[in-house]
Parts: sequence; structure tokens; C-alpha cells
Amino acid sequence: MPLRITENIHNWLFSVMPEGVASLVEMTLIAVVYLTIFAVAGLFLVLLERRVAAWFQLRIGPNRVGPQGLLQTMADAIKLLTKELTGTEKADKFLYNLAPYFVIISALMALAVIPFSAEFHAFDINIGIFFLIAISSIGVIGILLGGWSSNNKYALIGAMRSGVQTISYELSVGLSLLTMVVITGSLQLSEIIEVQKSGWLILQGHIPAAIAFMVFMISGTAETNRAPFDMVEAESELGAGFHTEYSGMKFAYFFLAEFINMFIISAIAATVFFGGWLSPFGITESIPELGVFWFLLKTMALVFLMMWFRWTFPRLRVDQLLTLEWKYLLPINLVNLVLMALLVWLNLTLRL
Amino acid sequence: METEVLYSNFKSEEYFINMGPQHPATHGVLRLLLTIDGEIIKKVEPDLGYIHRSIEKMCERDSYQQIVHLTDRMDYLSANINNEAVCLAVENALQLEIPERVKVIRTIIGELTRIASHCLWWGVMGMDVGALTTYFYGFRDREMINDIMEETCGARLTMNYNVPGGLMLDIHPNFVNRVKEFVAHFKTKLPEYDRLLTGNVIFQKRTVGVGVLSREDAISFGASGPVGRASGYSCDVRKHHPYSAYDRVTFEEALRTEGDTYARYLVRIQEMWESLSIVEQLIDNIPEGEHRVATNAVIKLPKGEYYQKVETARGELGVYIISTGTKNPYRLKFRSPGFSNLSLLNHIAVGGKIGDLVATMATLDLVIPDIDR
Amino acid sequence: MSYFSDIYKGIKTLLTGMSVTGKYFVTSRKGAITQQYPDNRDTLQMFERFRGEVIMPHTDDNEHRCTGCQKCEIACPNGTIEIIWDRGIDEATGKKKKKIDQFVYHLSMCTMCGLCIDVCPHDAIKWGQNFENSVYDRSTLTRVLNKPGSTLMQGVED
Repeated sequence: MPLRITENIHNWLFSVMPEGVASLVEMTLIAVVYLTIFAVAGLFLVLLERRVAAWFQLRIGPNRVGPQGLLQTMADAIKLLTKELTGTEKADKFLYNLAPYFVIISALMALAVIPFSAEFHAFDINIGIFFLIAISSIGVIGILLGGWSSNNKYALIGAMRSGVQTISYELSVGLSLLTMVVITGSLQLSEIIEVQKSGWLILQGHIPAAIAFMVFMISGTAETNRAPFDMVEAESELGAGFHTEYSGMKFAYFFLAEFINMFIISAIAATVFFGGWLSPFGITESIPELGVFWFLLKTMALVFLMMWFRWTFPRLRVDQLLTLEWKYLLPINLVNLVLMALLVWLNLTLRL
Repeated sequence: METEVLYSNFKSEEYFINMGPQHPATHGVLRLLLTIDGEIIKKVEPDLGYIHRSIEKMCERDSYQQIVHLTDRMDYLSANINNEAVCLAVENALQLEIPERVKVIRTIIGELTRIASHCLWWGVMGMDVGALTTYFYGFRDREMINDIMEETCGARLTMNYNVPGGLMLDIHPNFVNRVKEFVAHFKTKLPEYDRLLTGNVIFQKRTVGVGVLSREDAISFGASGPVGRASGYSCDVRKHHPYSAYDRVTFEEALRTEGDTYARYLVRIQEMWESLSIVEQLIDNIPEGEHRVATNAVIKLPKGEYYQKVETARGELGVYIISTGTKNPYRLKFRSPGFSNLSLLNHIAVGGKIGDLVATMATLDLVIPDIDR
Repeated sequence: MSYFSDIYKGIKTLLTGMSVTGKYFVTSRKGAITQQYPDNRDTLQMFERFRGEVIMPHTDDNEHRCTGCQKCEIACPNGTIEIIWDRGIDEATGKKKKKIDQFVYHLSMCTMCGLCIDVCPHDAIKWGQNFENSVYDRSTLTRVLNKPGSTLMQGVED
């Protein structure tokens, strides 16, 4: 299905134009497809967040625009597009305008290596996980730039908090994924999924894998600056944090990127711990088209978990945030890594 | 401490930041001038006057019946208790004999107001430390009280239900049943508050040991209400100078000695339980009788000075009236609890982080119109 | 050892909190506390004592109960009520008698304290249930409560 279509387009493109041009056109097409996914997923996630929050909070949530409020975020996006782009007088204009693109482009690039299914995988790079970790830390540069250049003290505090937070939690994200890489022996995402055909990694690695998963979810939530780690925005402390001075579409970029990052973190967790597009116990192995469905189902379940965190927990204080990372997560992670290495060495992993 | 030595080696510069008058954590139009070093607070200077409506001056213009409705607009979350304070002051000055029924109803409604106020505070407290869901759970329970108030008094927030001499209207026939319904409902919901927020490890980390106020400081700053009681200062007016029907109910004064943000939180939670028990004791035996005694259409207080204090949800509210024998007070002064409680903010917030300041301010439970009047 | 017990306790309390919100999430279908406000206008019933605005009920014969005694005007703390009165000849007795020309009510100044209604000796004014009082022109908030040509109900003053 999707494979056939892409193959046909690929063949057709290469038959009508020279190779260089054709590959360029193809890349553009893929970029457009991913941009569409980006926009749709972002808007859908915002809506989902609002509905889920409403259900947690005994409310109904947006239900006026379109059936069951499905077009609400679309309407919001149109509203944001038409809004005036305000900014502070003494802002560093160049950096101020550049910052949203840093955030959004890094999120987009990370999306490219996510394996939606066996075929639906734009860029199967052999250092997939490494690439993801590297790219996800570029986003923080955008936040730092935005907070610094908008010449607002609240924004600056928010940005600095973000810098501290992302740099610290990067370690835990990396180490917890590394723990899993010990089992798979590969950084390539497609290969990681291949290994899981004999059992999802969270089952294969049992105890250390479960610990790694918990650490990953905690630090992933921190990495995306979501509650209970939303020090960066902390609306009761800093107003709006780093994007205080942004309005209109520039604000929307930050906003969408936050939700896409949440999706990416969940997608990585789904891929690394829960077998990505593999069906549970291989029940739909004969229908490979269902891969996207399983992948999205797992990702959405994890996204829901992150929303559940957000709408239940209070926010940590900035120093407690660092205590949690350096005194709890990091040591646990290091011990866990050794444990996992022992497990693999002694062949104690569970395989179906 | 070692870290302090480390800090002193860095050359840091203090900077200044405006928190408010429009800021999510100041709950209204309070403006705090913060001097900060990094995240650490060096000085907090409250700047007031953004919602000053000169209520005390307006009182000098109004008759005693009219003064009552102005007090609704001070501490709007305990409007009924404010009303009661003025009415009690006038009644005592006139030496009116108030029917038992009025006293009991005033007490019940006052306690319901206290629960409603604390429900809102609990929701907002959660919101200030970042748990947004508490806000809606708190409001759900407050809404039930608001409905009871609306049915009996006609308004949800600014009731103006008390008049000098009693109550404007008798209680609604549904009142007793609805209150019982609420008490039963709230008894199942209060433990949920604990499970959601009180026990939460993040919440405890945010509040325990933060913003510590010693008993001596509490007394010297004039702290009252839950803020004072959390520091071990027994200052419950209901206990020490009982008014209305408080002398015939048994309840415990919520007292703690830690004096930190968490203690103030626990005191308020315990006060909700105590208020529930007071309502339960009184709701079944509201005496029959008049809901109002007749006063002159124009009330003239005898020449003299009168003081009445009551315990609002925030602390001790004092009403001080100087009368020259005319139909208006010569001078009327409100001793509002929020003002004294705000004054100690600089004392307890210095040295903490911005997040601490927000959590501390949440447990001071400031209502800005009460401070500015 | 307290290091690990801290972790255990922390996770336990977090899960307890999540169970509370999770319970509400699962039962969210029936649990919404918000109202679908303009949609439920037809069924929305305010409490009988609800203070929406001051109204003056009229009978079918266009009669009201206001004698123009101005007690409400005096009781009002904000100058919300203005009674423009006149002296007319009473048909029965032939004496000059006070009657209202216009009962002016400035809703924009009203604080809904209820003192006017409390003080009215003839129950001429009452609380209306309408709460949707927003208008585009504030001058429309100044209302004349007695209908044109209305008269005083017989027997109110006795």
C-alpha cells in the first residue's frame, strides 16, 4: 500500500527527470509529507491534551468548533496566524526571530528518523538513537536564544532554567536508552525493532529495562519541559517563561514544538521499549499495514501517560529538579546500566 | 555552610523584577517588587493600592444598614463573616437582644463560608505549586456551598444576608437538607484532597520547611488566622472571644508548631474538618423563632467607641466604630487579616527561591481587596 | 537505606495521586461539573431568591404597588434608585396625593444588596431572575420600572 505508492512515485520521478533533480524533488516531497504530519499531529495533540485535561478536571473541554470540537485547534491556529507579531523594543531582533525556527526544525528533524512502520520510515540512519538524542538537545538552544533575546527578565529566568534542566536530563535520557542499546547491540532504529520480534525489550530486559523505562519517562518529560518539570514556563511563577514576549505564529511554533517533542519522546519509548510498530505477540504479523496503527497506539498510550502526569502532579522547584536528576536518576541509571550489561553477559535476558 | 562560601566567591549582581500587578500568582492586583539574585530572593516589597476603593471613607457616608453591604467587597471569600462582624458591632452598641435562631444560622453560614473559602484556597494552592487539577476539584465542592448560599441569600459571593438585628430573610426550606447533603458529600471528598495533594512527595518537597515563621514573629507581625495558628500562636477568635453560637459548640482549634508552608496548609485542611463538625452539631437543632428583631429605620449608635472582632477564613477581622450619636459613624476602621499577613511576607520569603515565594504566598491566602479595602 | 525508602514512598504517593485523577478520568462521562451555558438557557432555572435585577411587577390592568414613598431611594447606598414623583388629585377623596411619575433604576450602579426590597413597605419592587444584563450601550441600563400609563393598585396604601 503506502510502499507501492512511494515506489511508483519514485520510479516515475526518476524516469521523467535526471537523477539529481529527481532525488531533490523526492526529498522535497518527503519534507512536505513530514511537515503535514507535523502540523496535523501537533494540532491533534493540542486538542487531545485539552480534552484529556478536561476529563481529568470534571470539565467537558472544547466541543463547539466542528464535531466534538475536532476543529478547535484548527480554528486556534488560524487565529494565531492572523494575530499581530508583537515584540519588545530592545529585543535582539535577529536572534528573537531565529529562536522559534531552532525549536521547530530540531523537532522536525527528530521526526524524520522515527519508524512509523517497516516501510514508513524516512531516514533509517544507522546511528538512529544517537541522532535523536543529539537533535533533541538542539531545541534548547532555541529556547535559550528566545529567552535571552526577548529582553525580558521573566523570559531570561525561564530560558536559564531550561538550559540547566535540559543539560542535566539529557544525561538520563541518553543513559537509559544506552541501557537498552546494550541488549540490541545496535543504534539503528529498524534493527532495534527487528530484535524485538522475539519479545519487546521491556520484557527481554525485565527489571533493568523497567527501571530504564521509568527513568526515561521521567527524564523525557523533563526534556520536553512539561509538568511536573515545566520550570521553563511555570505560569504561576514566571507568567509564561521564555515565550513571554512571543505572540502569534512565533508563539505557535514554540507551542507546537512542545507537543511534537512530547510525541517524539513517546515515540522513542514506544520504539525502544515496546516494539515500535510490532503487534503484541505478533497477532497481526501477516498484515504489515497495521504497523502504523500499532505504533501510534503505543505512542498515544505513552502520550496519555505524560498528560496524566501533567494534570496530577505539582511542579518541582528548580533546585529539587536538579537534586532529582543528579542524586537519584543518574546514579540509578549508572547502576542500571551495569546491571543490564551483566544481564546480557550472563545471558539472563528473556527471549521468546 | 559550604555552599555559602562557594556562592560568595562568585560575583553576582542583584536585579529587580516586578511581580504583578498582573501576575498569575498574586491572585489579583498585588504588586511585589522583588530583588533577586539569580533565583534567590533578597527582598520582597509589596506595593499596594491598585484596588483601593476607600471603603472606610464610604462607611462614614453610609448608614449602618448600608455599611454591611460594603464589607462584602472586602474579603469577598468570607463575605458573610464580614457582614456578621459589622452587624455584631452595631447590635452590641445598641444592646439588642438577638434571637437564638439568628445566632445559630449565622454560625452555620459562617462556617460554610469558611469551608468555601478554604476549598478555593486549596484549589489555588495546588495551582500555584503547579497541579492545575486541584483547582477544579476545589471549585466543585465550593460550588455546592455557593448553591446553598444562592438559594437562601440570593447571591453567591456578595450575599449581604446579615442586617443589624438579624438576617434579611429566613433560611430557605431546603437549606437544612442541602447542608446535610453537602456535609455528607464533603466528608468523602476531603480525604481525596489529602490523597491528591497533601501526601504527594513533590508537594511536600515544595512546602515542608519553606517560609518558616516563628511564634514570636507571628505575634509581633500581628499574624492571625491559620497563618498564626500554624506557628503555634493560639489566636482563634471563635475560641477566645466567642460570638454568635460558638460558645455552645465543641471544636478544636487547629494548632501546629512548625510554622512552615506545610503547617499552614495542614491547619487549613484541619479547619475544614472542624467547620464540618460545627455545622453538623448545629444543623439539626436550629431553634425556632424570629429571624430578625426590629430596629429603628434610622439606626443611631450611642456616642462612643465600639470594637468587634470575628474570625474570618483568613484570620481576625476587627471592626472599630467611633460614633458621635448620628446616623453615620464618625470613623470606621477595619482591621483586616490579610494586611497583617502580607506584612510578614518579606520576613519569611527572603532567602527562598521564586517557587518558594509563590508557595508561601499561596498559604498566606491573600485576598487583595481585603488588604487594600 | 532511607535513600531507597524515600524513592519507594515518593513513587507510592505519586501513584496515589494518579489514582485519584485517573478515577475521575474514567468516570468523566457523567462527572462534568460545568454547564453548557448558552445551550441550556431553556432549562436553566435560577433560585427563587436569586438577585438578578430589580423589577416592579405589574398586574394585567397595568397597576403597580408603588406609592412613591421613596424609602427605597433613601435605603439605597449607591443612588441606584431615583423616584420622580408628582402630586395628583385622588379621584375618590379629591385630595392631593403623591404618585410616581417615573421609577428610575440605574442597573449600572446597583450592587444587588437588596436593601431597597427589604425596606419596601408595599412589596412594590421585587428581584427579577434575569441575569443576562450585558448591553452594548450603557445608557440602556437606566430603566424606568413603572410601565407607561400604569396606576397605583387600589388599597395598597390602606
